[in-house]
Amino acid sequence: MFTQWEGFKPGIWQEEMNVRDFIQHNYTPYTGNGDFLEPATERTGKLLHKFENLLVLEREFGGVLDIDTQTVTSLLNYKPGYLDKEQEIIVGLQTDRPLKRGVNPFGGLRMTRDACRAYGYELSQKVEDEFQYRTTHNDGVFRVYSKETKAARHCGLITGLPDAYGRGRIIGDYRRVALYGLDYLIEQKQADKDRLSLEVMDVDHIRQQEELYQQINFLGKLRDMAAMYGYDITKPAADAREAVQWLYFAYLGAIKEQNGAAMSLGRTSTFLDIYFERDIAKGTLSEVGAQEIVDDFVMKLRMARHLRTPDYNELFAGDPMWITESVGGMGEDGRPLVTKNSFRMLHTLYNLKPSAEPNLTVLWSKNLPDNFKKYCAKVSCDTDAIQYENDDLMRPQFGDDYGIACCVSAMRIGKEMQFFGARANLAKLLLMSLNGGRDEKQNIQVGPAHEPYGGEYLEYGKVMELLDVYRPWLVRMYANTMNVIHYMHDKYAYEKTQMALHDTEVHRFMAFGIAGMSVLADSLSAIKYARVRCIRDEETGLISDFDIEGAYPAFGNDDDRVDDIACEQVKLFYEELKKQKLYRDAEPTLSILTITSNVVYGKKTGSTPDGRKAGEPFAPGANPMHGREKNGALASLNSVAKLSYQYCKDGISNTFSVVPEALGKTEEERLDNLTSILDGYFGQMAHHLNVNVLNRDTLMDAYDNPDKYPNLTIRVSGYAVNFNKLTREQQKEVISRTFHETI
Amino acid sequence: MKRYSGRIHSFQSMGAVDGPGLRFVVFMQGCPLRCAYCHNPDTWEPDAEEEYTPEEVAEKIRRFLPYLKNGGVTVTGGEPLMQPEFVMELFRILREEGVHTALDTSGVGDMQKTGRVLEYTDLVLADVKFLTAEDYRYYCKADFQKVAAFLNLTKKKNIPLWIRRVAVPGINDTKEDIIKLVDFLEEYPNVEKIELLPFRKLCLEKYETMGIPFPLADVPEMTETEAGRLRESIPVRYR
Repeated sequence: MFTQWEGFKPGIWQEEMNVRDFIQHNYTPYTGNGDFLEPATERTGKLLHKFENLLVLEREFGGVLDIDTQTVTSLLNYKPGYLDKEQEIIVGLQTDRPLKRGVNPFGGLRMTRDACRAYGYELSQKVEDEFQYRTTHNDGVFRVYSKETKAARHCGLITGLPDAYGRGRIIGDYRRVALYGLDYLIEQKQADKDRLSLEVMDVDHIRQQEELYQQINFLGKLRDMAAMYGYDITKPAADAREAVQWLYFAYLGAIKEQNGAAMSLGRTSTFLDIYFERDIAKGTLSEVGAQEIVDDFVMKLRMARHLRTPDYNELFAGDPMWITESVGGMGEDGRPLVTKNSFRMLHTLYNLKPSAEPNLTVLWSKNLPDNFKKYCAKVSCDTDAIQYENDDLMRPQFGDDYGIACCVSAMRIGKEMQFFGARANLAKLLLMSLNGGRDEKQNIQVGPAHEPYGGEYLEYGKVMELLDVYRPWLVRMYANTMNVIHYMHDKYAYEKTQMALHDTEVHRFMAFGIAGMSVLADSLSAIKYARVRCIRDEETGLISDFDIEGAYPAFGNDDDRVDDIACEQVKLFYEELKKQKLYRDAEPTLSILTITSNVVYGKKTGSTPDGRKAGEPFAPGANPMHGREKNGALASLNSVAKLSYQYCKDGISNTFSVVPEALGKTEEERLDNLTSILDGYFGQMAHHLNVNVLNRDTLMDAYDNPDKYPNLTIRVSGYAVNFNKLTREQQKEVISRTFHETI
Repeated sequence: MKRYSGRIHSFQSMGAVDGPGLRFVVFMQGCPLRCAYCHNPDTWEPDAEEEYTPEEVAEKIRRFLPYLKNGGVTVTGGEPLMQPEFVMELFRILREEGVHTALDTSGVGDMQKTGRVLEYTDLVLADVKFLTAEDYRYYCKADFQKVAAFLNLTKKKNIPLWIRRVAVPGINDTKEDIIKLVDFLEEYPNVEKIELLPFRKLCLEKYETMGIPFPLADVPEMTETEAGRLRESIPVRYR
């Protein structure tokens, strides 16, 4: 037994790698309110001031403060970096200076070159030379992409694929480093490697052997990286500060190695609370000191950056890292997993001001302590920076030690991972089905040729038949594309640090996605309940616009006539996915999530039968289309709540914006009512809700006077973003969304 | 016409300002008053809009019960008391299912039928716009006697009463106006709350679309600060 474990209750976690068992034996649920919380110390304030000055500079420099074009990012390639070496409690930066970005060409060299150029830099000849004889993930993928995948990518039928950047959405169990120390982790992996080396050496086992070699190699690099900062992390952490530092080093190693779209943190607050409680009981730490450590940790997380191209930023706007931290939830034994440290984590939004990162995600249960529910509601009303996901829905499927990767993707920490796969455009699928497989905008043949829709008016039955022709084609092509991407990612850009912090036998999901769900549902509803006339382009003969006669029920009004259509289309898509053969026998999952790609998707999609004109944005995620919700906020929530998680296990994102006055007259009323909304929504087994409590006027003012609102944070599909970091186009789209208000 | 069916202007699934907690709000169609500052002129005409039976509306509301535990249902309008049978039947059904019922009214209606509605009403939100017959006639085209009779009925039945008042600059926005209102309400021990709503002009567009003039187009909106100052004249027990 390690001396660092003194004071902890023993359990099976001491015999085997089992962080959950450690938590369950040792954590102290907290049902009180937030009165114990402490404000930022003077030291934290000074450090924050320094950091904020850098943020101002970063903004002035067009969004990127500096790029090290000479050094390829990895765990040991930069000298130690500090924000303020004397003052920091938790140390470690991605490069040698705060906010300086490294280059990561393993995903794709051209992407790296373009990203440098976009900010006025040139990728160094040194790096160009280093990669001259190296295959990147992007190279690999394009060697085998089919013509149809290329065409589907080109016209935007599938978009945002991780074929030129890290796939992300993998959560290392960073807690393991704090609890066990690296020596034990390396020992365990070596034992796995030796044991598995006795298997028949087929393709799968050979690959696994090599992966284990790489994992062990990178755990060694992680040890050396910490040593560069003067820390020996080979043994378990001995106190709270060390626990945070060890855990952060593990995360830092991951983001030095990988530039995945979403580099989520997992579920660390309650784990860390055990260390805080032990120190406080011993009298070696005060509440002020505890909050100071958490504040410092979060400030570090807020400094994480990756270098992206402008194209990428269009899809995933605002420089997000999705450092998602899942807070709260219930244990399987009925005790809340809420601790004082859950509060401290949320409290950083006050001590360090509102911010998009880390992506704080509250796992909501009807059984959460009332005090915690109310505190979350207050944080939402004050900061608009947190999102909610239904623990009562996910716990039965993922247990009580899962975390959210990115926005809405649940996975057991250290036991499950996913192959991220962006999304397919359902609105375009509909138009392609009507036009015999041709793209309505570019007039190129993308899908298999078929007789285009013939009549003047669209008939529901006929349109459904055409969808039944093109949906299976799309899903098969999409699955093939994903198989290629993830084969190549494993081959050329395998996540060595993160996978070293997983069990060796890991369950894999393959996460597909759809965009434009509400456009498709409303279009089909219009075809069924109103009369939709096709308008054909005179030159190309393609159906390029529609004339709608009469009214139709729109998604977002709790009207089963259309909501059933939405549910059916989602189910059909998922059932098609289940038929596909997937790389490494992954389990297919589906999400309804867009990030900010709803704007780009809209731009690439012609007019649709619901009355949406060519180029207009889709609604984000599973949201109803803007302005079509006629029965108020709860009716809108009810429509989304009908979409079944059974078919969308990778998440159903819904963004809810309400003006403060519509939530109640006093703060007390607003907090109670917001809590009732969350209980009511999740009580119906809905999955996810972003909550914004703010006025459109504030956004309009911020649009015109960005300097007045340096910390204005809003929730968009599945994550939070600093409003100033959105493009003008995206800002306009956010402003035009439905804000629920009653007068 | 189906039994007890009512004409409904619209539904608002999330109301947080018409009674306690989160509320499903039903806007009834038709109103006998013509208040100069009316915000919903589109609810005046009694024969417009769709008809629903109380059971149909109750069925809609049931979908929202998970949200309404600390709130309930508010029927407003238009003037709900123009369709008392519908409201009574809807409230009867809801009450039976344990849903809190609130009636938001001007008080103008058939007293006998109103009495039956109140049998199933948990809370009355009554708009006491003025305190004299002249003002009621002039600004609302209505009879103050009826309003007073309604308030007396709620007192007799001991139904909790929240009084609402739209404060219009230059018309009823002085401290004295508020003090007089409070004095008048001394007679009603069932009053729990007095809510002051500042006059706003968000309805201008509606009037324009409908092609009717808004009588108070030239009156300035009341600011929140002014409203806050006026609220100081309301005794704490009513706030």
